Amino acid sequence: MKRELNLFDTRKNRQRLLYCFYIALAILLIPDFFIPKHGYFPWESYPNFFAAYGLLACMLLILVARVTRGIVKRKENYYD
Amino acid sequence: MIEGCPPALLFVLGSLLIPCFKGRIRQLYLLAIPLFTLYVIYTIPEGRYWTYHFMNNVLMLGHVDRLSRVFGIVFALISFIAVLFAIQEKNAHHISALIYAGSALGVTFAGDLFTLYLFWEMMAITSTFLILAGHTVAARKAAFRYVLIHLFGGLCLLAGIAVRFYETGTLEVGYIGLKGISSYLIFMGVALNAAVPPLHPWLKDAYPEATPSGTVFLSAFTTKSAVYVMARMFPGAELLIWLGAFMTVFPILYAVFENNLRRVLSYSLINQVGFMLCGVGIGTQLALNGTASHAFCHILYKALLFMSMGSVLHMTGKIRCTDLGGLYKTMPLTCVFCMVGAASISAFPLFSGFVSKSMILSAAGHHNLVAIWFILQFASAGVLHHAGLKVPFYAFFSHDSGIRTKEPPLNMLIAMGITSFFCVFLGVYPEPLYRLLPYPVDYIPYTVTHVMGQLQLLMFFALGFALLLLSGYHPPEMRAIHLDLDWFYRIGGKGFYRLMDISWNGLNGFCERLFVKGFGGWAGRFSQHGFARLTVLFAAPFWALFGYDKEETDRRSEAIFLLYRKSAFPIGLSAAAATGLVVLIFLLN
Repeated sequence: MKRELNLFDTRKNRQRLLYCFYIALAILLIPDFFIPKHGYFPWESYPNFFAAYGLLACMLLILVARVTRGIVKRKENYYD
Repeated sequence: MIEGCPPALLFVLGSLLIPCFKGRIRQLYLLAIPLFTLYVIYTIPEGRYWTYHFMNNVLMLGHVDRLSRVFGIVFALISFIAVLFAIQEKNAHHISALIYAGSALGVTFAGDLFTLYLFWEMMAITSTFLILAGHTVAARKAAFRYVLIHLFGGLCLLAGIAVRFYETGTLEVGYIGLKGISSYLIFMGVALNAAVPPLHPWLKDAYPEATPSGTVFLSAFTTKSAVYVMARMFPGAELLIWLGAFMTVFPILYAVFENNLRRVLSYSLINQVGFMLCGVGIGTQLALNGTASHAFCHILYKALLFMSMGSVLHMTGKIRCTDLGGLYKTMPLTCVFCMVGAASISAFPLFSGFVSKSMILSAAGHHNLVAIWFILQFASAGVLHHAGLKVPFYAFFSHDSGIRTKEPPLNMLIAMGITSFFCVFLGVYPEPLYRLLPYPVDYIPYTVTHVMGQLQLLMFFALGFALLLLSGYHPPEMRAIHLDLDWFYRIGGKGFYRLMDISWNGLNGFCERLFVKGFGGWAGRFSQHGFARLTVLFAAPFWALFGYDKEETDRRSEAIFLLYRKSAFPIGLSAAAATGLVVLIFLLN
């Protein structure tokens, strides 16, 4: 019998994946201080502007979504 | 030879012959229709073709220019892919799907508004069958709501066209612009198909109920043909910038907590159409190029995502986050295809979304639209959340749901493989796509600023997602429904029904009481006993005069009632009464 694919069942592999992810983030952050950039707006060339905006966007989205869900959530048979 | 067959009719007439074939030949025939149409659309020179005269008007089925051609090509291409994905479906499914796709081509190449309207309605009706084919109670109800909403939109469009014809005397398809009642009516009809809020809920209501392969067709044609019509008729309408921007933001909120993964993708579809409409609203050459290219790429990667989720549904019968998880073990290829689609929609560099969406963002920057630029950046990061992370994560990873299944049939895998190829190919080498766009392209997506900015935006958004998920702050998946504006016609519809029930049936009941039981009953009783009573009334003083006692009086009046009931008057009496009446009339005259 073929062995089952269970790449992400072990804790160790999941940890490794997270570390790879963090390293990738660091690689994205550091060179951004040195690369000259040309955007349409001045803030596009601030170092790591997009990283901050991305993180902020995620927090904001989840926060607003939690509030919205509290308002619009109903039981699954609401319309029946 | 090519000029003899309009693309729309190739599909419509071609689909009618499907039942004539069987087995392998039927499959080849099904695939040949879109391939041949693709060849026709690709090779035909620009111009106006297939015109017919009808009631002092010219109907034109082939208005071919660069804008209609790029939409036509992607419609034919996705038809081929979707037919391949759906090849095991029954004949009826293929016929409605191909007529639906053909109608979308008809809308795209329509040179006059009447032809456009005709195909518009054909699209609404044939697509309804794809939802009905879901064969569940929910699908039947959703299809009913879907077709009603679309008929309403069609009527708005028809009214707009009629008023416009009255005002201008022409039916030509071209720039209209938002000015006057007719343009707003047409705009509303088209906006309904483009799922512009508040006219959007039909999409998230109906698409998740269709068959796994039906949704692939649905995701491509209705909204994108509406985007095409918007780009043709309302480029530069400022209203569209704001509507589009709003459209990119609010669906991602719903997508965050929605449980049904095909509904998550439906919300994400609305979000992506928002980007395109924003581009139409900005209306510059760069923006319209962005809209066309984004529609092209979006049709492919959205179909890919719907195909991967369709495969999951097809193989497991489940589509909710709460029921799925851990499928990468048994469906690794589907998982990879899904992630290609996810990367494309999230606009990762080297995937197709990146080369098209950035054009619209650049157009917003070029126009110095600061607020719009921030909203669109927020929305493009938000896309990563629901379509890029949530869909693959909850279906294929997350917790192990214990489901053990297999990869879908080979034709489905090949269809997803071809689409994945296009998603990566266009991302790496966008020139072939750029050459198809309506205006000359002077745009380089891969600049350092762009690539770094986009990567940072996406990766740090993903960091936020990971941190929130690990900390347990991320809204958990649960079986629930979330109210959207369809509440107004689902609950409002019930309320309207009840109101009509109470008011009209109440009026009915009142009238019954008044006329049937009241007046009618009185008239009935009068005609039964009235004359007898009058006679007794008339005779009673004489009986008193003759000195009859009560018993005798009762006996006589009963005899009179009996006489009337049997209509058995002595002839002499009747004759005397009649003569008396004649004499009376004569005297009164």
